[in-house]
Amino acid sequence: MSTRKPKTSMILKAGACLMGLMALSPIAVAQDTIKVGVLHSLSGTMAISETTLKDTVLMLVEQQNERGGVLGRQLEPVVVDPASDWPLFAEKTRELLTQEEVDVIFGAWTSVSRKSMLPVLEELNGLLFYPVQYEGEESSKNIFYTGAAPNQQAIPAVDYLMNELGIERWVLAGTDYVYPRTTNRILEAYLKANGVADEDIMINYTPFSHSDWQSIVADIRRFGSTGKPTAVVSTINGDANVPFYRELSNQGVSSFDIPVMAFSVGEEELSGIDTRPLVGHMAAWNYFQSVDTSQNEEFIANWHDFIGSESRVTNDPMEATYIGFNMWVKAVEKAGTTDVDAVEQAMIGMETPNLTGGTAVMGKNHHLSKPVLIGEIQENGQFQVVWETEGLVPGDAWSDYLEGSRVLEADWTDPVRCGNYNTVTEVCSGQSY
Amino acid sequence: MKHLSITSVLVWIAMAFASVSQAQAQSQAGSDTSDLGPLLVRLVDASLSEAVELIPQLETQGGRGILPLFTAMFDNSLAVDPDSMTFYRLAEDNSARPVYPPADAGDSAELQLSAAEADELERIRVSNRLRVLLRDAIARIRLFEGDADERSIAAAELLSQLGEDTVLLLREALASEEDAEVREVLEVGIAMNVLVSDAPDEERLQVVPTLHGRLEAPVRNLLNSLLDPNGRNEQNPEVRAAIEEANAAIDTRIRFYGFIEELFYGLSLGSVLLLAAIGLAVTFGVMGVINMAHGEMLMLGAYTTYVVQLVMPGFITYSLWVAIPAAFLVSASVGILIQRYVIRYLHGRPLETLLATFGISLILQQTVRTIFSPLNRMVVSPEWMSGTIQINPVLAITNNRLFILIFSLIVFFALLMILRKTSLGLQVRAVSQNRNMAKAMGIRTDRVDALTFGLGSGIAGIAGVALSQLTNVGPNLGQSYIIDSFMVVVFGGVGNLFGTLVGAFSLGVSNKFLEPAVGAVLAKIITLVFIIVFIQFRPKGLFPQKGRAAE
Repeated sequence: MSTRKPKTSMILKAGACLMGLMALSPIAVAQDTIKVGVLHSLSGTMAISETTLKDTVLMLVEQQNERGGVLGRQLEPVVVDPASDWPLFAEKTRELLTQEEVDVIFGAWTSVSRKSMLPVLEELNGLLFYPVQYEGEESSKNIFYTGAAPNQQAIPAVDYLMNELGIERWVLAGTDYVYPRTTNRILEAYLKANGVADEDIMINYTPFSHSDWQSIVADIRRFGSTGKPTAVVSTINGDANVPFYRELSNQGVSSFDIPVMAFSVGEEELSGIDTRPLVGHMAAWNYFQSVDTSQNEEFIANWHDFIGSESRVTNDPMEATYIGFNMWVKAVEKAGTTDVDAVEQAMIGMETPNLTGGTAVMGKNHHLSKPVLIGEIQENGQFQVVWETEGLVPGDAWSDYLEGSRVLEADWTDPVRCGNYNTVTEVCSGQSY
Repeated sequence: MKHLSITSVLVWIAMAFASVSQAQAQSQAGSDTSDLGPLLVRLVDASLSEAVELIPQLETQGGRGILPLFTAMFDNSLAVDPDSMTFYRLAEDNSARPVYPPADAGDSAELQLSAAEADELERIRVSNRLRVLLRDAIARIRLFEGDADERSIAAAELLSQLGEDTVLLLREALASEEDAEVREVLEVGIAMNVLVSDAPDEERLQVVPTLHGRLEAPVRNLLNSLLDPNGRNEQNPEVRAAIEEANAAIDTRIRFYGFIEELFYGLSLGSVLLLAAIGLAVTFGVMGVINMAHGEMLMLGAYTTYVVQLVMPGFITYSLWVAIPAAFLVSASVGILIQRYVIRYLHGRPLETLLATFGISLILQQTVRTIFSPLNRMVVSPEWMSGTIQINPVLAITNNRLFILIFSLIVFFALLMILRKTSLGLQVRAVSQNRNMAKAMGIRTDRVDALTFGLGSGIAGIAGVALSQLTNVGPNLGQSYIIDSFMVVVFGGVGNLFGTLVGAFSLGVSNKFLEPAVGAVLAKIITLVFIIVFIQFRPKGLFPQKGRAAE
């Protein structure tokens, strides 16, 4: 609620973009552009992560326009600021779809913001590309999930800890909201299915921006001192991470005594902090800036050019935005129209190169296939890849490890056309979340 | 058999010692290390998983001369010049100390490399698996090479993996060890081994007292497992009784130290609350201004620390000492500006003051966001602020928390002295008790108001410096402390500095004792509910103002 108005610099930038577009195509009138909605928080708590994604979309739009736009029409970005205020995401979605009449929206970060947008998207038949790893248990006709589902991040990460590092005791630590709660529920079920006893799992939730980690870290230390190899699987979000890692290092818990595997710590989050206490701790993602491929090199160079700073990093949600954007462009060209229903069908099965040297494929459940990488944090704030899956892992919307969602399946192709099709009763409940 | 291998190891150790003492340079550059060439070439090119296999080979072939190389690798600072195959320990400031091949004394001096030269060196990558191997290898070497502290740490580390080889190593170390403390740890290791060996029960019974009350985790785990019907499950009743006694002694000690630890955590949280609230105790407590921008004064102090570190990058150690006065000046001047141009005109209208200062807090946040970007900024902790004071294996006190606890008390008593002993303090108290009378006595109340507000804000700025060492320095820093600050001041009693002190520490301690039982989220809620109920019965807080000061 702090800042509902977009930052002035943002308005100026968007304005400058618009003017630039006008100058490029003097004949173009307003109806001739394809409007691309950008719905990322530019103020409030989530601005730290989401501002970068807004810039990524703007960069991709600019590049696409230089290549001649889509269907011979220029793209016109419409940037709005939902200000990290969840209900405002729904209002701004409505505004983008009814007043601005955008053809597609790239946006949202937190699950709660996506869930607030979902009913509006379905009501007005909009199209959202959601670029962040999330807890799954959802598949809407109007949303494409280009970030990782739990089976593309959490499960392989736990497999790595269990098989490669021989971890036997588990601390599931998270911030108290929907993503960590659901992910930990899935992980707990998965661990128990793999024969981990109740007393070897410790689950801990903390409020947002928790800064006093002393007793929790002491608990973890005690929990990890029983002689069995112990690891922390962290779904701690945003701000709370820095004091957490600092406390770990201050209490002498090193990355090889009790490694922390994080699902929400990426290059961007590391760029603002003293990384020395974090060295050796791990993160699981589908992309790291340090991945050495020619596509990635080009992407990083373009990003540095666009943002005007060599020190800005790239991260996983940026790659997800990149893949989503390129797929949408291809799908629009394949469908020959920006009509949501046609584009949605064209998207399924669509392939585009990802930045790690493979090919991303959009599944019929609106989730991507992705490689899973485990990286250890280095002193320079980058990750060193220590392990990766052999092939691509297709995203699974409904977890196989949760009671109830085990039998569900999302399939947006004929004849099912359903976000949660029950394979046992062969009924589609029609509810996508 | 055993004796034979012991003697062979003894001979080997004796030889190693002899060669080291004879001529250090010669022995290190001698035959035992020159064989390492091919292994080291492989190490440079190895993938992380290949390196895992090379470490044990390097340890057996390299002998103790490999220690500097291992420690450099363990610390993530091993780099190699690929042409000359010289390995360096490369520090952050690009100073390089050769670690292999071990050169003559004259050459092993530190080199200062330029950034370009340092870039030419190839860094040796390490992963966690390598770090584990290296730590154990280093412990095995340090058991003989290090100073007493290092030897004792090394011995304690080896307790967690008591194989036959390790126990032999411990026995060897014990034979030549003179330091009593190190001997104790070594004896514990050997006793643990005897206890699980198939030695006769009398012998096993004899070693149990050695483990009495030991706090090392492996000892506890072993004893627990011996008592556990599903674990090793000790059969002999006498031995079992002895183990139970030893274990009970350990439990008592652990509970005691656990209590001390909780208490320290509570005091530490209290000190953070005190720091956050102490400025507010002046502006809200003494002056009665509901200052919603108080959190932003903390934030400004934290950002000042960031800027100071930016300006003097080579002097991180001293940066905080510069940041403290700087943060005071920055926050105090902003505070005075706010008082002079906004709050002064809203005197006696609390609702408008609340709204105006809330607006100011938003303006300050967005200003910082525009100048410094919405991303968190990096404030480095100086060396002396990091690390722990390890009192025993289960109790460690973190340096930064300890410093901040002391610092908060210093700030508190300094403020108390200012209010009690200086003429400004006298005037402040006079104005807050009876403005009109003070005015009539010739006190320039306007000026006093501005200075008081500046003092409160400046102290918040100083608190911001301390908070920058604990939490994120970002535009939202202030918001996360504003509620806590008001909570402490209201709970302690508005206008009473000692109330703030007692309030902060009691809330901190109670929160920390609740946390392990109910979790962090619920602990916070319970604390808030408690304060709401408390305020119902004692609306003036713990220490209400009495007499004339009350009105």
